[in-house]
Amino acid sequence: MKIVVQLEAFDPGEELDNFKGQLKSSGALVSFSGIVRDIPGGLNRIEIEHYPIMTEKAINKICSEACLRWELEDLMVIHRFGSLKKGELIMMVATAANHRTDAFEAAEFLMDYLKSRAPFWKKEIGSAKASWVVSKAVDEKALSRWETS
Amino acid sequence: MIVQVLYFSWVREKVGLSKETIDTEAKTVSDLIMELCIKDECYKLAFSNLDVIRVALDQELADQNSSMEAVKEVAFFPPMTGG
Repeated sequence: MKIVVQLEAFDPGEELDNFKGQLKSSGALVSFSGIVRDIPGGLNRIEIEHYPIMTEKAINKICSEACLRWELEDLMVIHRFGSLKKGELIMMVATAANHRTDAFEAAEFLMDYLKSRAPFWKKEIGSAKASWVVSKAVDEKALSRWETS
Repeated sequence: MIVQVLYFSWVREKVGLSKETIDTEAKTVSDLIMELCIKDECYKLAFSNLDVIRVALDQELADQNSSMEAVKEVAFFPPMTGG
């Protein structure tokens, strides 16, 4: 399991190759990348703030939960913080499993939880103004489908 | 009880600090928020809408009713926007 929170940019192709290279039995690999998008009026950059010790704890917890719920051979989470320009990769998730359903569902689960339960905050700095990204009700709602009774 | 209080995102900007050490008698997170709001206007501004305030106690998500017993680090922040 690879979990990295870093300031530096990363190469998604290289990361995926390394991840794939270490697999022994998986028949399915799913990956997702989050990219800095533009905003109306033009984006200058985004600033991602995080809460270092808690970030590690929260991501570890989310990943452990994914491993309990799905038959995964391996998973990977890379998330950046600091200053990023439009088009740069913010984060990447990869899951590997025998079958694609496990890989797809686990990747979605990881994304849903990383979005609302990992302590990151994004600020969009445009040419005219800067504003903190507001969490959406739909993101919180996305978590409810994973709730077990 | 001495606790480290951390602020992130716009909570940090409104409070004007990223971190401070506080001597508090607060039993719950709510008590601590009330203590802070009495201390200075900037906290009143930061905590004016408690619906958008999240809290972590010793780096674990908690809620405003959570007990402060044996807590060393409290963090206040808005809903997270990772991914």
